[in-house]
Amino acid sequence: MNDQTPTAAERAEKLQGMGCKRKRVEDIRFVQGKGKYVDDLKLPGMLYGDFTRSPHGHARIKKIDTTKAAAVPGVVAVLTAETLKTVNLAWMPTLAGDVQMVLADGKVLFQNQEVAFVIAEDRYIAADAADLVEVEYETLPVNVDPLKAMAPDAPVIREDIRDKTEGAHGKRKHYNHIFAWEVGDKAPTDAAFEKADVTIKELIVYPRVHPCPLETCQCVASFDKIAGELTLWGTFQAPHVIRTVGSLISKIPEHKIHVIAPDIGGGFGNKVGAYSGYICAIVASIVTGRPVKWVEDRIENLSTTAFARDFHMTAEIAATRDGKVKGLRVYTVADHGAFDACANASKWPAGLFSIITGSYDFPNAHVLVDGVYSNKAPGGVAYRCSFRVTEAAYCIERAMDIMAQKLNMDPAEFRMKNLIRREQFPYTSALGWEYDSGDYHTALAKAMETVGYQKLREEQRAKQEAFRRGETRELMGIGVAFFTEIVGAGPSRNCDILGIAMFDSAEIRIHPTGTGICRLGTKSQGQGHETTYAQIIATELGLPADNITVEEGNTDTAPYGLGTYGSRSTPVSGAATAMACRKIKAKAQMIAAYMLEVHDDDLEWDVDRFRVKGAPERFKTMTELAWAAYNKVPPGMEPGLEAVNYYDPPNFTYPFGAYICVVDVDVDTGMTKVRRFYALDDCGTRINPMIIEGQIHGGLAEAFGIAMGQEIHYDETGNVTTASFLDYFLPTAVETPKWETDWTTTPSPHHPIGAKGVGESPNVGGVPCFANAVNDAFGFLGSTHIPMPHDHWRTWTAADKLGLHA
Amino acid sequence: MAKSHVSMTVNGKAAEGLVEPRTLLIHFLREQLNLTGPHIGCDTSHCGACTVDLDGKSVKSCTMFAVQANGADIRTIEGMAAADGTLHVLQDAFREMHGLQCGFCTPGMIMRAYRLLEENRNPSEEEIRFGISGNLCRCTGYQNIVKAIQYAAAKMNGVPFKEAAE
Repeated sequence: MNDQTPTAAERAEKLQGMGCKRKRVEDIRFVQGKGKYVDDLKLPGMLYGDFTRSPHGHARIKKIDTTKAAAVPGVVAVLTAETLKTVNLAWMPTLAGDVQMVLADGKVLFQNQEVAFVIAEDRYIAADAADLVEVEYETLPVNVDPLKAMAPDAPVIREDIRDKTEGAHGKRKHYNHIFAWEVGDKAPTDAAFEKADVTIKELIVYPRVHPCPLETCQCVASFDKIAGELTLWGTFQAPHVIRTVGSLISKIPEHKIHVIAPDIGGGFGNKVGAYSGYICAIVASIVTGRPVKWVEDRIENLSTTAFARDFHMTAEIAATRDGKVKGLRVYTVADHGAFDACANASKWPAGLFSIITGSYDFPNAHVLVDGVYSNKAPGGVAYRCSFRVTEAAYCIERAMDIMAQKLNMDPAEFRMKNLIRREQFPYTSALGWEYDSGDYHTALAKAMETVGYQKLREEQRAKQEAFRRGETRELMGIGVAFFTEIVGAGPSRNCDILGIAMFDSAEIRIHPTGTGICRLGTKSQGQGHETTYAQIIATELGLPADNITVEEGNTDTAPYGLGTYGSRSTPVSGAATAMACRKIKAKAQMIAAYMLEVHDDDLEWDVDRFRVKGAPERFKTMTELAWAAYNKVPPGMEPGLEAVNYYDPPNFTYPFGAYICVVDVDVDTGMTKVRRFYALDDCGTRINPMIIEGQIHGGLAEAFGIAMGQEIHYDETGNVTTASFLDYFLPTAVETPKWETDWTTTPSPHHPIGAKGVGESPNVGGVPCFANAVNDAFGFLGSTHIPMPHDHWRTWTAADKLGLHA
Repeated sequence: MAKSHVSMTVNGKAAEGLVEPRTLLIHFLREQLNLTGPHIGCDTSHCGACTVDLDGKSVKSCTMFAVQANGADIRTIEGMAAADGTLHVLQDAFREMHGLQCGFCTPGMIMRAYRLLEENRNPSEEEIRFGISGNLCRCTGYQNIVKAIQYAAAKMNGVPFKEAAE
């Protein structure tokens, strides 16, 4: 007789499925130092590669002499552009439709550009010899200011395409112009501005920053000459894309390339692209016949592989006197550095920047982006955000505050008045996006109530009066930000990378004993995929999460996928996982019906089993069905229990959130203390609340770093002045504030489990929230916009400009 | 380059090797002793991913030559769990409190926390934050790392762990 105990709730709890704060399975190895990262790999006969790099921001190469370097004992080979030309690899295609030098060919276009690659028996010798490569340069005029890139006399950055009038994204207006990208309706938007009671216009710059994961980019390439096969281990957020691009570039057939991404020490967008180090390591392994390891140091990481932002946005809002927004106009100059190597979906040269109407019901909007070349490093990755979404969120959230100030309205009240209403979803924005679901007013109201918003404003007014009376030198700022993300790239009708639609995949195989393995095309870099995907399977299939192995990062075993970035793992591969489970479950149901001698339709699902409707004591558990799938399937049915799903999402998902930050600014030192930071996130269905909270903490800390101190800065001669941890601000535990997290749950209507993705929301919402808080502190003195980052010096300078030190 | 012989105690066992005078301790540990728990995250002694315990002090092993460690008693993350595999209370605490994500800073962070708690059995939150300020983490926002160390301290002191009110 089948036992009816334990109860359904008890059985569900044991599964550790969705909604459970399951402890992470990956932690067992990480806390013991047993993670396997790329640099931990040691192969017999392995060599080490290191770069000779350009000291100049822009210079012609007169001569490269590698004699001294090659003569160092232990040096095996030295590669230059000339060597790479023999295999047609001196240049490589970029994800954005441009080409990029692998090693400097004729000239260098940014400081620290790769000039020669030295391969040696150990990393010390490689570094020694890299210093001995002699390069004769003739310096050229430098431009690092994107707003001057299209001046008639600007230095020519890209001589190779100087006369090309067409780029990958249409007409080029100037030899330093990459693309113009326009969205929205200009005429009605302009008309809205002409009719408007009130308008604002502000140049809002999101400085160049760097994702800076704690582990730098690295790889080991091993070419087997006899088999003609390449194995490439590396820090890859998108291993399959690397395999396909690698095959296209190297002409090694794709099935003979094995890409393996082992444990990755953080990515945040840095590890999406294809870098010179990978190509050089591959060529070096082919040339030497031995495995070659390349490991970036931190200076190389900050100054060469990837950057983010560098968006110079002139934003205008038109509104009525009583505070209804009527139009949004944004003109952006995007600095892409020396090569357009942006990691965007191929058709979107400015990413998903047209999410810039944000959470507000703008009837009209028009956006124009000009991409330009400069003497800076290439890259343009999404640093913990979907493509260019954080730029959009920063811009609109700052602009909304500036408008509220001009209208003499409270910024929260102004937002309340303009947020898209619940009944408007699905909502089509003026720039063409269909927002899937939202309940914005509830979220903002909850945030305001939780922090005691009105009381904070009263306190602020009292402090402002005290400041005016000279009783305090401290100003209080309250930052409000309401953001909407667009994540889960993406629907094949919108998104591809080099022609590959941006679907993702899951392959699940259930073993006879009711355990199983799930392989995916995504790749965790700390997000805890091994834990959370198993939770989805646990709930969907009624098998304990502990019985499911989750495997990613091996292109030989994983189904094809586009990787992990842009918060796409849960929206796309999470959906694929659920859909693969449902195929398995449908088969299990047929097996159960056969075993119980009833019709399929007479069965119903109950946590971990199919039971006969009206006779709950007659059931087959999923574990029993797994066994049966290998010995007792109905006649005509294939044995086994496995499924694969390639999920092409019908739409993006649109997570949102309401953040409030309180700061105290000392006007005499410029020091800003974060008194409080409250983050309410709505990411739809919550798979693991512990991991969600951890993701939000981490994203907020990154947002804090960006807003309060990070900048990859170049001086006029092209020197990158912030390329180590001496100068590039990474917050420690001392500066980092305490975080308060909260949530509402508005499931995505089109996602199989209603989940929307969460990892990047805190970066997207956090940055404008900090920035608005600092700006809010000074707003009552007439200041409208103080640019990021809000470090002590800049804040002191802003106070000084307002005459506060007189 | 001429090599010197070094010997030291690492995780309770004698270890030795031939190193160049310039070989960094982190490279000796990782590449000659195959102890890949300590990691390299920067070139400027800021990140602390390479932190090990050396003669009763937290040391950034990228900032010390292997020859300087001659004769030293070193403990790395690999030496934290008991011989039977039981995790050290700090290792357990980091998992319990979700004090790690990508895991790259974790070995250094746990080794630093170990020495911090050896020196101060009952640190305040402020003391913990200051105590780990030489170790950078890009994933967690530190809050759960602080909580993990508080949790471990409570366990070590045999008192119940009380989560601080937000």
